[in-house]
This record gives sequence, C-alpha cells and structure tokens, in this order.
Amino acid sequence: MLSKIVRTTANQLIVFILIFGLYVIAHGQLTPGGGFQGGAVIVSGVVMLLVAFNAKELKKSLRESGLSIMESTGALIFAALAFAGIATTFFYNVLVGTPIFGHVPPTGANPGDVWTGGVVPLMNWAVGIKVVAGLSAVVLAMALFSSGEEMEE
Amino acid sequence: MRKVVGLILLLVLVGFLVWGVVALIHPFGYPSPSEMDDYIIDNAQAETSNNNVVASVVFDYRGFDTLGEATILFTAVTGVLLLLRTAKRKEDES
Repeated sequence: MLSKIVRTTANQLIVFILIFGLYVIAHGQLTPGGGFQGGAVIVSGVVMLLVAFNAKELKKSLRESGLSIMESTGALIFAALAFAGIATTFFYNVLVGTPIFGHVPPTGANPGDVWTGGVVPLMNWAVGIKVVAGLSAVVLAMALFSSGEEMEE
Repeated sequence: MRKVVGLILLLVLVGFLVWGVVALIHPFGYPSPSEMDDYIIDNAQAETSNNNVVASVVFDYRGFDTLGEATILFTAVTGVLLLLRTAKRKEDES
C-alpha cells in the first residue's frame, strides 16, 4: 500500500477514468474507440487502484468468480447478437431501420446520433464487459500470485 | 538419416516461402486494389447506420474476425487463471 497522498489521488481519479472509459464504449458507433479500447481504459483504472492499494485490499471488492461470470456473459451476448442475423448471414445487422439503435444517418459528414449503429453499440457493450472483466481478472490473479495471497474460491 | 530428411524438408519449405514472397508480392509503387475500400466508404453509413466506418467494419463486415479476437482474449484469460490461481481447495483445508 502506497502513501496516503497516492491513495487519495487514486480515489478521486478513478471516477474520471471510469466515466471516460464508459464514454468511449458508449460512443463506439460515433467516435474512434469502442468496446476493446474503452474496456482497456477502465482496466487501466483498475490497475491504478491495484498499485495504489494492494491486491489484498482490492480482493475484497473484486472477486474472481464474479469476473468470470461477467466475462462469459459478455462473450455469450456477443455470440447471440452475431447469431441474431443468421436468417440472412452470420453477423448481419438486424437492427438497421428499427427504432432501437436503427436510425440511418445521411451519407457523408453529419453531427451524429446516438441511436444509430444497429447491433454495433450492443456488441460494443458486450465486448466492453468482456474486456473489463477478463483483463481485471488477469491483472488481479497476477498480483495475487506475486504477493502470495490466496484468491477467493 | 532423419537429420538429412529434416534438412531437405526445411530447405524446401524455406525455398517455397522465399519464392512466394519474391514472386507473389505486390509490385512496388503500384496502388493496391481499392474496390473494397470504395464500396465500404460509400455504403457503410447506409447499410449499417454507423457513422464510425471502422466500427462498422470491425463489428459488421468483418464480425467473424472480431469473434476470433474475442475467443483469443477468452482463451488467454482462461489460461492465466488456470496457471496463476492460488486458491486452496476445500478438501485440503479440512
């Protein structure tokens, strides 16, 4: 565990890192970024907490079983969305034209609309959940392994 | 004997790869075919309703590739957790 200054700064900073990561995931169909990138941003916040506090403290709030369930859920949602368009082809965008994320933007430069993208925003969320849970589990397992702590079953 | 056969097989493989690189590589200075790029740039917004054309390629046109990417991540996480988990088993404690 590092000094009180580092811990306080990390406590304040994690909010902004989480907000930025969620923004990158949520606007994957409009701006550069997406599920992988936003998930990596959030995991960088988790790593910051892991450095500021130690793995034993973080183990109280993040458990490996929960992270495993989150990662599997993300993967299943992604595969299910891919199979949703199986009537036409695998990975067909079924939601284009529907009210849910289906607004079609004009071709060329336009201001952008959050309700566009079809299944792409939902896939971004699925992949984001998967990346956050998976990489957090990896980092936590490595930290616990090197510090000799025991992980919760 | 096995060493000689292995050496010959290695030379054949290396020669095949070098031939592939030399003979089949794109000629220097000529632009690569761009029909696919033009199609995606022109039609991505209408077909997938995405402003971010890269996201539409990653999750729609080439979604199968992203599925493989997600599988790689899943496999990596599974391997790390299998190797590095330090939890004690229940029957060891009792």
